[in-house]
Amino acid sequence: MTDTIAPSTIALRPDFAAIAEWINPGAKILDLGCGDGSLLRYLRDTRNVFGYGVEIDDDNLLSCFRNGINVIHNDLEAGLSSFASDSFDYVILSQTLQAVRNTEGIIQEMLRVGKEGIISFPNFGHWKNRVQVVSGRMPVSETLPYNWYDTPNIHLCTLGDFEELCQRCNARILERSVMNNHYRPVNFLPNLRGMLAFYRFESRD
Amino acid sequence: MQDSKSVGVVIPQYVQIDKPLQLKSGLSLDSYHLVYETYGQLNAARSNAVLICHALSGTHHVAGVYADDEKSIGWWDNMVGPGKPIDTNRLFVIGVNNLGGCHGSTGPASIDPRTGKHYGASFPVVTVEDWVETQAQLAEHLGIEQFAAVVGGSLGGMQAMQWTLDYPEKVRHALVIAAAPKLTAQNIAFNDVARQAIMTDQEFYGGNFYAYDTLPRRGLRLARMLGHITYLSDDSMAAKFGRSLRNGELSFGFDVEFEIESYLRYQGDKFADLFDANSYLLMTKALDYFDPAGSYDGDLSSAFRVAKANFLVISFTSDWRFSPERSREIVKALLKNKLNVSYAEITSSHGHDSFLMTTPCYHQLVRAYMDNISI
Repeated sequence: MTDTIAPSTIALRPDFAAIAEWINPGAKILDLGCGDGSLLRYLRDTRNVFGYGVEIDDDNLLSCFRNGINVIHNDLEAGLSSFASDSFDYVILSQTLQAVRNTEGIIQEMLRVGKEGIISFPNFGHWKNRVQVVSGRMPVSETLPYNWYDTPNIHLCTLGDFEELCQRCNARILERSVMNNHYRPVNFLPNLRGMLAFYRFESRD
Repeated sequence: MQDSKSVGVVIPQYVQIDKPLQLKSGLSLDSYHLVYETYGQLNAARSNAVLICHALSGTHHVAGVYADDEKSIGWWDNMVGPGKPIDTNRLFVIGVNNLGGCHGSTGPASIDPRTGKHYGASFPVVTVEDWVETQAQLAEHLGIEQFAAVVGGSLGGMQAMQWTLDYPEKVRHALVIAAAPKLTAQNIAFNDVARQAIMTDQEFYGGNFYAYDTLPRRGLRLARMLGHITYLSDDSMAAKFGRSLRNGELSFGFDVEFEIESYLRYQGDKFADLFDANSYLLMTKALDYFDPAGSYDGDLSSAFRVAKANFLVISFTSDWRFSPERSREIVKALLKNKLNVSYAEITSSHGHDSFLMTTPCYHQLVRAYMDNISI
């Protein structure tokens, strides 16, 4: 068991490190839309977590297998009926929220299955996005690299929007961290200067 | 033609087991023998053994060919061999014919040492649990204390699951492919129609047809035709045969007209020559009886509480005999027990038979999973 994080990996994926900071060693994790499984692998290697990824894409599934993590082939939109209530310490949705159709349903399911939820997403309120919208174009940036016509991102939001949704879903926000486009923490004017937002929350019930 | 990546020429081996076998039915067998094949080398640590469990009509001949018949390619030769997903360069792979079968292990067509006659109808009904017990005896014979993996499709997947329940310490990984945690009423219904086809054939003679030097060919043929329909999907049949006619025009009679009729009859005839009717009855019964949750008020997750293995569960989208929903029941029970499990639902149009096909995505996943198994 280790509590130290390999510095090289932090440099590589500062967003992973931001999530890892909130994870207690040995925790049980569910990573929704886990992609190639590198976050889960990172958390396993640095936080000694036990967990599963959930992924729909065949190529990503194969990468997960190669990364040696547990992965369940499942469509998030169909809910998490395979998973029992309160069966995980953390349910993570890392940079996937904006591509989910049934946003509210997913947050409800995260609150049911996990003791805590962690969501990260690209902040649409970042000043670079605002500048592009004001100049009459849909934003394209490091965290939103797609053109409007080929983007998988259908539900973009700002920090303010997300916090309102948490209210609506009866989720209590426990912690928030915001990063700028150099992956450094943002404390002043986060909804304007923040590029990536991270929230840790639990159910109010 | 011999594939360069084939294990090549293989020779079946036999083991006589004189330890009495207590069967789930309450009956017992004083002794029996098993026929098996092995591929690759058992390493010095004896930690690289993989057991392949066969399905209803499978055999111990998983891979390679027999020297006297180049067409005798093993039933999972696309999966098992040097450089293949289950790589015999690294793993020691074992195929075994199940007890009650008709390819060399003791079964209804064998001679009962007590009577000097064929067992026939007197051969006891065997279950998946009984098979696991006999396979454990084989493992002991081969000096294998723990399998790196137990792998099976369909009824073979049920055996892989049963291994993790009966011998949790002896299985590190279980690959459960196109399987189900138990049969549905519809599954059992299909099996019973197949059994009735055999048992009502006049040549069946209550299972003692050997004494009359005949066999219930018509019944076996019908059973296989019915089974075959359930192994394919509507789409794959449509793609392969559609409504094609053998002679290009309707003949307004009852002979073979459509290609699908011709295909099914051919499959039925071939099977009737190769498979023992009593073995077919036994195999379908083993399927019907499999229900590990049965002893736990139907709660599959309670049944898996003893399991320690890591699992890979795979299903196929067009499989309606054991649909993806059935595999998800297994996955749910494993998740509830916080076992290491991965699950893949492979897009394939080949129905239940998909597990035998060389679908790239399927083989890549099995390869990636097997490569990560430490030996």
